[in-house]
Amino acid sequence: MAALNIKKGSTSHSAYDLRDFHSDIERSHTLAVIVENEPGVLARVIGLFSGRGYNIDSLTVAEIDHKGHRSRITIVTRGTEAVIEQIRAQLGRIVPVHEVHDLTTEAKAVERELALFKVTATGEKRVESLRLADIFRASVVDSTLESFIFEITGTSEKIDAFAELMRPLGLVDVARTGVAALARGV
Amino acid sequence: MSRQMTGAEMVVQALKDQGVDTIFGYPGGAVLPIYDAIFQQNDIRHILVRHEQAAVHMAEGYARSTGKPGVVLVTSGPGATNAVTGLTDALMDSIPLVVFSGQVPTFMIGTDGFQEADTIGITRPCTKHNWLVKDPAKLSETIHQAFHVATSGRPGPVLIDLPKDVQFATGQYTGPKLARVDHYQPKVKGDIEAITKLVELIEKAERPIFYTGGGVINSGPGASQLLRELVDATGFPITSTLMGLGAYPASGKGWLGMLGMHGLYEANLAMHGCDLMINLGARFDDRITGRVADFSPHSTKAHVDIDASSINKIITVDLPIVGDIGHVLEDLLKVWKARGRKVNKEGLANWWGRIDEWKKVRCLAYTNSDAIIKPQYALERLDALTRGRNRYITTEVGQHQMWAAQYLGFEAPNRWMTSGGLGTMGYGFPASIGVQIAHPDALVINIAGEASWLMNMQEMGTATQFRTPVKQFILNNERLGMVRQWQDLLHGGRYSQSWSESLPDFVKLAESFGWKGIICRDPKELDDAIMEMIDYDGPVLFDCLVEKHENCFPMIPSGKPHNEMLLSADAAAFAGGAALV
Repeated sequence: MAALNIKKGSTSHSAYDLRDFHSDIERSHTLAVIVENEPGVLARVIGLFSGRGYNIDSLTVAEIDHKGHRSRITIVTRGTEAVIEQIRAQLGRIVPVHEVHDLTTEAKAVERELALFKVTATGEKRVESLRLADIFRASVVDSTLESFIFEITGTSEKIDAFAELMRPLGLVDVARTGVAALARGV
Repeated sequence: MSRQMTGAEMVVQALKDQGVDTIFGYPGGAVLPIYDAIFQQNDIRHILVRHEQAAVHMAEGYARSTGKPGVVLVTSGPGATNAVTGLTDALMDSIPLVVFSGQVPTFMIGTDGFQEADTIGITRPCTKHNWLVKDPAKLSETIHQAFHVATSGRPGPVLIDLPKDVQFATGQYTGPKLARVDHYQPKVKGDIEAITKLVELIEKAERPIFYTGGGVINSGPGASQLLRELVDATGFPITSTLMGLGAYPASGKGWLGMLGMHGLYEANLAMHGCDLMINLGARFDDRITGRVADFSPHSTKAHVDIDASSINKIITVDLPIVGDIGHVLEDLLKVWKARGRKVNKEGLANWWGRIDEWKKVRCLAYTNSDAIIKPQYALERLDALTRGRNRYITTEVGQHQMWAAQYLGFEAPNRWMTSGGLGTMGYGFPASIGVQIAHPDALVINIAGEASWLMNMQEMGTATQFRTPVKQFILNNERLGMVRQWQDLLHGGRYSQSWSESLPDFVKLAESFGWKGIICRDPKELDDAIMEMIDYDGPVLFDCLVEKHENCFPMIPSGKPHNEMLLSADAAAFAGGAALV
């Protein structure tokens, strides 16, 4: 009998089994969650992520079908394949959740984000910011003599890149919508 | 059916239409209209508790012993927050409950009104679903949907928060048939291809085992019947979680006893050494698996569960089947029979040979005493003297609970009510009252530790008032036994805060509530004392003074694999040099 040798006074065994479960590679996944548009449904989804220790990198939500009371929640999360499978299953058992799609694995998806950037600058920096905005196809939606607000749409990476370039030119404020995504094709 | 009535009347009408005969509750300002409606009818019996937590546990006991949803009514604020432990307990153990909580009037919500709490926010993570009803027009449909959600798929507790003005308001009542429930229809039939694949595995397996859980009980008596047929026809061994005891009878020939942290040696080693594990409605809880990396390393694993999120949550399985156990077992039996009822007889005979060797270890052996009552002995005697009776057992949480699971035999489902997932001390006593309310003529025994039992002792008044002859069998070791055991084994014997100081005189306490009190400290008098308890027509508080330093074995310390089990010194002596799988 391999009876355990537990030393008196040893505290190496805790009441909780702290196993190394998430050893595989973590990947970013975009999930589309179609929900009944009822009070508290977003709290249920967010509560699931915080309660079970999952990450949210980005989250957007809006009603997509007023008559049918449907909203679409787009969540960018990261985790191993096993964790993503768990997240999908856990989302699926929330009563007002109708559908869960993993846009990263199910189909190639189009992902877009919208951002607003306020840049305060004068002189050469101001001109440079306009030139870069042109390259990124960002448009000016507000202007004073010392500031611009640029509106830019694109992938999160493109918006990150634009932010990096704007920072030394006087970027003072950013608002991003988070990712909206749709599967390609039919 | 459709007619005008107040929100409060709708609640009562909806309960009647849902076939509810009993509710457990406690009144308060925000539910007075509903209490007024209850006062004016006789179809639904209201059990007045002494604390809302106990109301929920009673409803759990009622639900688990009947298979019907338990119904609770509490007021706003503290009424609702007191219910939270019970809700969480029911969620963890998948018990169907419908809880109604009062709420401040809609126009006061958010103003920090008297007895206001964000009940929906607080109970969101501890219910399967919850609703705040602000519109009386939606009330009756919401109640019917609540019953549907609580009882469909993987059962669980739901809560309806009812502002007081909605209870007063008048609206149209609609019956259950008109309620829209189509958006929540969990899949019950398993994939037939996967079931056929499982049959193929069953036909070939050399070292198979059924590992069953609470899902079999929740699936209904039919599922237990099918399980018995399948186990007996295949001749496979079967073990069960704490939650699944009784689905397969303890007297059945395939029965290995409970598995897990305090499971039987033969059950755990069979799990470790099997080549086919068939998980039916269990969820690979950490108390079952021990160290996940070393869990049953050589087996093909099939997992049948109605909740897709249970599958691959902790243990990655080879053959997942999402569906209701009863439905899946029915199909499985059909396919297996149609294919000629094949099993690997030779492999199975060898497998049983090994299991029988493990049984010889007699892992539940203990050194008895003439001078002092050993807790194991007390439970063996209790089992022997109550077997064959119309018996229901509830427990509190701790050593006594594990001993009860080890030493009592359960022959039928819905006869064993214990807090498995949440491990709620204070569960068993109110649960026993709930069971007794549902089964007035049955012998209902709560096996308790003195520390757990004190956590909801206020319900003595409830038991007296509603004439429930519940038997409280307290294994009194004046310790928080399981805490003490862990401190003994893992914390250098430093017994920090794990003793019961200033205990009441349980006999006098019993008498003060109009109960019978029995105290027993001599093993020779134990049988007579137990018989006195059984024969007494009324509630009994049995103070069984037991050995104070007994540890519960076998034990798989947390984070260890199944084959690194600790046996009691007595049992270890029998183990000798037995080879481990």
